[in-house]
Amino acid sequence: MTGSIASPWTGSPAAAKAPRDRTLLLLLPAAAMLVLMFFVPMVLFFVRTFMEFQGSVAEFVTQARDLLFSRPYLTALATTNWIALTVTLAVLLVGYPIAYYLTTATGPSVSVVVLAIVLPYFTSIIVRTFSWMVLLGEHGLVNDTLRAIGVISEPLPLMYNRLGVLIGMSYVLLPYMVLTLYAAMRGIDTSLLRAAEGLGASGFYTFRRVYFPLSLHGVLSGALIVYILSIGYFITPALMGGQHDIMVAMLIDRELEVAVDWPSAALMSLSLLVVTLALYAIYYRVTDVRRLIGAR
Amino acid sequence: MVELDSDLAARGAPAAVDELAAPAPVVAARGAIELRGLTKRYDEETVVDAIALSIAPGEFFSLLGPSGSGKTTTLMMVAGFVRPDGGAILLDGKDMAAVPPQKRGFGMVFQNYAIFPHLSVFENIAFPLRARRWANSAVAERVSWALELVRLGRFGDRHAHQLSGGQQQRVALARAIVFHPAVVLMDEPLGALDKNLRFEMQVEIKEIQQRLGMTVLYVTHDQEEAMSMSDRIAILNHGRIDQVGPPGEVYERPANSFVGRFLGEANLIEGTIAPQFADGTRLVLPSGHELRAPSASRCSGGARGMLFIRPERIEITPGANAAGGPRYNELAGRIRRCAFLGNILRYAVDIDGTAPVTVDLQNAVGVAPLPVGAPVVLRWPVAESLILPAEP
Repeated sequence: MTGSIASPWTGSPAAAKAPRDRTLLLLLPAAAMLVLMFFVPMVLFFVRTFMEFQGSVAEFVTQARDLLFSRPYLTALATTNWIALTVTLAVLLVGYPIAYYLTTATGPSVSVVVLAIVLPYFTSIIVRTFSWMVLLGEHGLVNDTLRAIGVISEPLPLMYNRLGVLIGMSYVLLPYMVLTLYAAMRGIDTSLLRAAEGLGASGFYTFRRVYFPLSLHGVLSGALIVYILSIGYFITPALMGGQHDIMVAMLIDRELEVAVDWPSAALMSLSLLVVTLALYAIYYRVTDVRRLIGAR
Repeated sequence: MVELDSDLAARGAPAAVDELAAPAPVVAARGAIELRGLTKRYDEETVVDAIALSIAPGEFFSLLGPSGSGKTTTLMMVAGFVRPDGGAILLDGKDMAAVPPQKRGFGMVFQNYAIFPHLSVFENIAFPLRARRWANSAVAERVSWALELVRLGRFGDRHAHQLSGGQQQRVALARAIVFHPAVVLMDEPLGALDKNLRFEMQVEIKEIQQRLGMTVLYVTHDQEEAMSMSDRIAILNHGRIDQVGPPGEVYERPANSFVGRFLGEANLIEGTIAPQFADGTRLVLPSGHELRAPSASRCSGGARGMLFIRPERIEITPGANAAGGPRYNELAGRIRRCAFLGNILRYAVDIDGTAPVTVDLQNAVGVAPLPVGAPVVLRWPVAESLILPAEP
């Protein structure tokens, strides 16, 4: 009964649906581009790979197993995940305070910090990586300065090793974490913090029991974004890493460029894609994607 | 009662649930608040201007005023969230200036409830206890006591978003009183509720306050709310206190026209104050008609003045013949319009030479509305009249 009373005011379901269908048309150019330039080439790539085996499923499975359980691949996979994990944690530790600062501070300093975080975003990743090499190299700014003031006598190995990879990747991925956390933190009702304090909670207790739990979905989203981006990383580890810092993406590149072994490259790509999609599925679950872009 | 006090001091075992019914005030001896010249300025503007107040333990005290009158700022200074630019806040004689909010030990109810969305009802109410490191068993006992008190006994496991506005309000209230604070600060706690629920909650808050004997400092812009609950009310206007007193006093004897208008419908009939007579003060209307009041201590003869009278205090009689008599003021006029407000019929009556006078009549049995244009005589006791200085 109540439904029939409400309907004259809310309009019939059909009438409500019509405009939404039309707005979907606005997505058409983007969808077409995505299909033509991403989806179709990727499918063709995998189909072509499969053709290499003359349609023999058994041979495909055998080679896939040999490759994916081979020592170089497993080592690269472990390295990739370990680097991704370390980078994610490092970025979280650095990014959380920055994001918190951005949500609470006012005045011109906010713009400066936002600019400092976002501006490198607009610079080519290769330029940024080379900049780090200038800073961290054996005769880079950091080592020269430390030697000049007498802290060290021998240059510190800051580059062409794991540390270099971690520094370079953390820097590049920091904005993703900060912006994700910022979006989540901005949604936290500050009156809750005031309430906690007013009811006798210390600053730390308020953080532990109220602020951090409420920012947790941002932490998870940010961590997943950074992790997903990390496992596909290529340029920074290639330029700043040592010989032991081979990530899966670099292995794929090597198969294509050096060994010209397309099927192996395709198989590894596929495995990486599966991992990424699995992580994205988790990400989609823990995050309200709309909230990330500020719609509340 | 003595047992309760010592148990409070120990902050250990909470009061058992069956002590709900105990009429003994739990915290009565504590909770005196004194404000001395409390001042807050933002940039050039003084939002709270040298407020001085003394609130007794166990008193229900309201800060009432329109938005921007400085009432919430005053409360936030008492709570410790806003730093005063001048003056002092004393709790039981102790200066609070150096005490951070979390150490002041106040219970607080906020305007939007500020329920923690990630915690259950139980954990919301337990929050002040856990912040004070109570043992789990004591927490459980005291929280169920508070849940019973606000009649939410079965809702402990629920999440805040599963509750209605009124229930969220009860959770906020339970959370504010669960640790038996001597003073509870409330910032427009009923502002978001609809009218019927608001009235229900007023009664409940008042009952709980009396049962626990706690001091309540209550901020509201709703004059009915303030009057129905408070022992005393301070009316704030532009950061200053215009008047402090029990509800009846501020309603019947407003200190100025602002207070008179803010606390409800008021007639403020303008005229010139005649010199003092033996039978009181007279106000001469532009028409030459005289109205009387017992006295007008703050007004001097010859100045502009206003006669204050509440609409419900005026009798209305059809016809044009004044009855006269020394104890009554009378005005003749004509009905301009009649508004039907349910329990009240509100007349606007045109009077020669002054703004229309409002008269409220109970919509009682046998009352027939007077027709527009009908001649009437308005009549009210001189003793109920009050002459106030004219507005600047």
